[in-house]
Amino acid sequence: MAQPIISFNNVSKRYPGGREALSNINFTVEAGEFVLLTGHSGAGKSTLLKLIPAIERASSGTILVNGQSISTLSGRGIPYLRRNLGLVFQDQKLLFDRSVFDNVILPMLVTGQSHAESTRRVRAALDKVGLLDRERANPVALSGGEQQRLCIARAIVNRPTILIADEPTASLDDEYADAIMEMFRSFNQVGVTVLIATHDRDLIAHSSPRVVHLQRGRVLDKATA
Amino acid sequence: MNALIRHHLHSLRQSGVRFASAPFAALANMVVIGVVLALPLGMYLLVSNVQSLASSIPTEPQISVFLTPGAAKTDVAALENRLRAVEHVRSVRFVSREAALASLKRSPGMADVISTLRENPLPDAYVVTLGEGSAAAAERLESELKGVPGIAHVQVDSAWVRRIDALLSLGRSAVILLSALLSLALVAVTFNTIRLQILTQREEIEVSKLIGATDAYVRRPFFYWGGLLGASGGLCALLLVFLAQVLLNRNLSEFGNLYGVELRLQFLPVADAALFLAFAALLGWVGTYLSVSRHLSKIQPR
Ligand SMILES: Nc1ncnc2c1ncn2[C@@H]1O[C@H](COP(=O)(O)OP(=O)(O)O)[C@@H](O)[C@H]1O
Ligand SMILES: [Mg+2]
Repeated sequence: MAQPIISFNNVSKRYPGGREALSNINFTVEAGEFVLLTGHSGAGKSTLLKLIPAIERASSGTILVNGQSISTLSGRGIPYLRRNLGLVFQDQKLLFDRSVFDNVILPMLVTGQSHAESTRRVRAALDKVGLLDRERANPVALSGGEQQRLCIARAIVNRPTILIADEPTASLDDEYADAIMEMFRSFNQVGVTVLIATHDRDLIAHSSPRVVHLQRGRVLDKATA
Repeated sequence: MNALIRHHLHSLRQSGVRFASAPFAALANMVVIGVVLALPLGMYLLVSNVQSLASSIPTEPQISVFLTPGAAKTDVAALENRLRAVEHVRSVRFVSREAALASLKRSPGMADVISTLRENPLPDAYVVTLGEGSAAAAERLESELKGVPGIAHVQVDSAWVRRIDALLSLGRSAVILLSALLSLALVAVTFNTIRLQILTQREEIEVSKLIGATDAYVRRPFFYWGGLLGASGGLCALLLVFLAQVLLNRNLSEFGNLYGVELRLQFLPVADAALFLAFAALLGWVGTYLSVSRHLSKIQPR
C-alpha cells in the first residue's frame, strides 16, 4: 500500500499558557482521500489543520506530509511546504485593497510564475469557482458565498496536491454550502486530497466521505481504528 | 525568465505602484532626506572649492629677517652667507633701513607720519624667497633663525597658507562629522518609513507567508523602496546644492568683478555625484535592513 500523504503520530499540541488543544493524535490520510474533520467548537479542528502547513508547530509527536517530516522542518523549508498545499482559512484572509484577480494571483507571484502563465491559471481557477466575470471587482463587493469561492480559487491556483479548508461553509446558507461542498468533491475527483474541518451536522449527514471526529483534542475515528 | 529576476522586477514595479498611490507622502520623504543630505554635501562642495582655490595660488614663501639695529658687520656677513646656503632658496635680497623707509614714504598717507619722526625706526632686513611649495621648509628656517646673533625678528609670510590649510582641515572634519550624524538621521528616517509600511501591509505580508512566500520574497520590495528612497533623497540633495551653487555664483561673480578676479564655485564631478547617490541608496538600504530585521519577524500568521 502507498505511503499516506498525511500522517500524525502521537501528536500533541499545547498552546503557551493554555491547556492541551490536541492530545496524542494518531491519524492518516491517503492520497486522493476526501476527509471531513468534525467536532464541537474548541475540539481542536483548526489547531490540527494548522499543524499541517506548520502555521502552528506540534509540542510533541511527528507529522509527515508528502513524506516530509514537518516537526523537523526548519523555518526556511516552510514556504516550500506551503506551496504544495491549498489553504482555505477560517477567517478567509482576503485582501480588500485589491481586486478579485489580484487576490488569486498572489500564490503565483510568490512562486515566480511568468505573467502569461499566471494570468492563464488565475482565469482558470476563477472559472472553476464561477467568478470569472467578477475578476475586476473588489472582494468587498462579493456576497459571502462568492468570497468563500474566491478563497477556494486562491487555494487551487497553484494546483496543490492537498486542499485544506477550515469551516468553509460556516457562515453560508445551505444552498451555497452545498455548492461549495460540491466544488470540493469535484476537485477530489480529479485526484486532489481534500481535508475539511466542519461542525455542520447536516452537512455530514448529506455526504458520505470518511469522517474523523475530534473531541476535546482526541480523535474518535472508526476508519483508522 | 527566471523566477528571481522576475521577482526583482516585480518588486521594482511595486515601488512604482506604491509611489503612484501616495506620491505626496513619498515626495515629502524624499525632500526630508534631500534637505538632510544637502547640508553635508553643500559643505563638502564649499570646502573642496576653497581647497582648489587655495592650491591655485602661488605659494612661494617669503621670510623677512629683521636685523638688530647696529648689528656687528661680521654677524651680518655670516648671516647673508648662511641664508644663501639655505635649501630651496630662490633669492636673498638685502633691504636697507633707508630703502625700507623710502618705500614706506611712497605709501599713500604715510609720508606725513614719517616726516614727523626724528629718526628712522626701521631695521635693516633680508627678504628670503624660497621655492614653490616649501612652506614647511620656511617654517623650519624661521625657528632655526630665531635667536641667531644679529637677528631681531623673523617673519614668515607663508603663515596664511598654513592658516587656510588648518581651516580646510577643520572644514573637512566638520564635513565628516556632519555626514556621519546626518547619515544616521537618514537611516532613522528610512527605518521609520519602512516600519510604517510594514504595519500598513501587515495583512498582505501575513497572507503571503501563509501561501508560501519566503522571507527574502517578503523583504525584497521593502529593500527596493528603501534604496530608492535613499537615492531619490540623494538626487534631491544634489539638486538643492546645485541650485544653491547657481545662486551663490551669481553673487560671487559680482563680488569678484569688484576685485577684477573670477570667482566661481565648481559643482561636484559626475563620478563624485554618482558615488554620493550610491551612498545615499546604501543608507536607505541599511535603514530598511534594520527595520525589516526588527519588524518583519514579529509578523507570524496564525
Ligand atoms: N492561539 C491560541 N492560543 C491559545 N489557545 C488556543 C489558540 N488557538 C486555539 N486555542 C485553544 O485550543 C483549543 C482548540 O481550538 P481550535 O483548534 O480553534 O478548535 P476548533 O477549531 O475545533 O474550534 C481551544 O481550547 C482554544 O481555546
Ligand atoms: Mg476552528
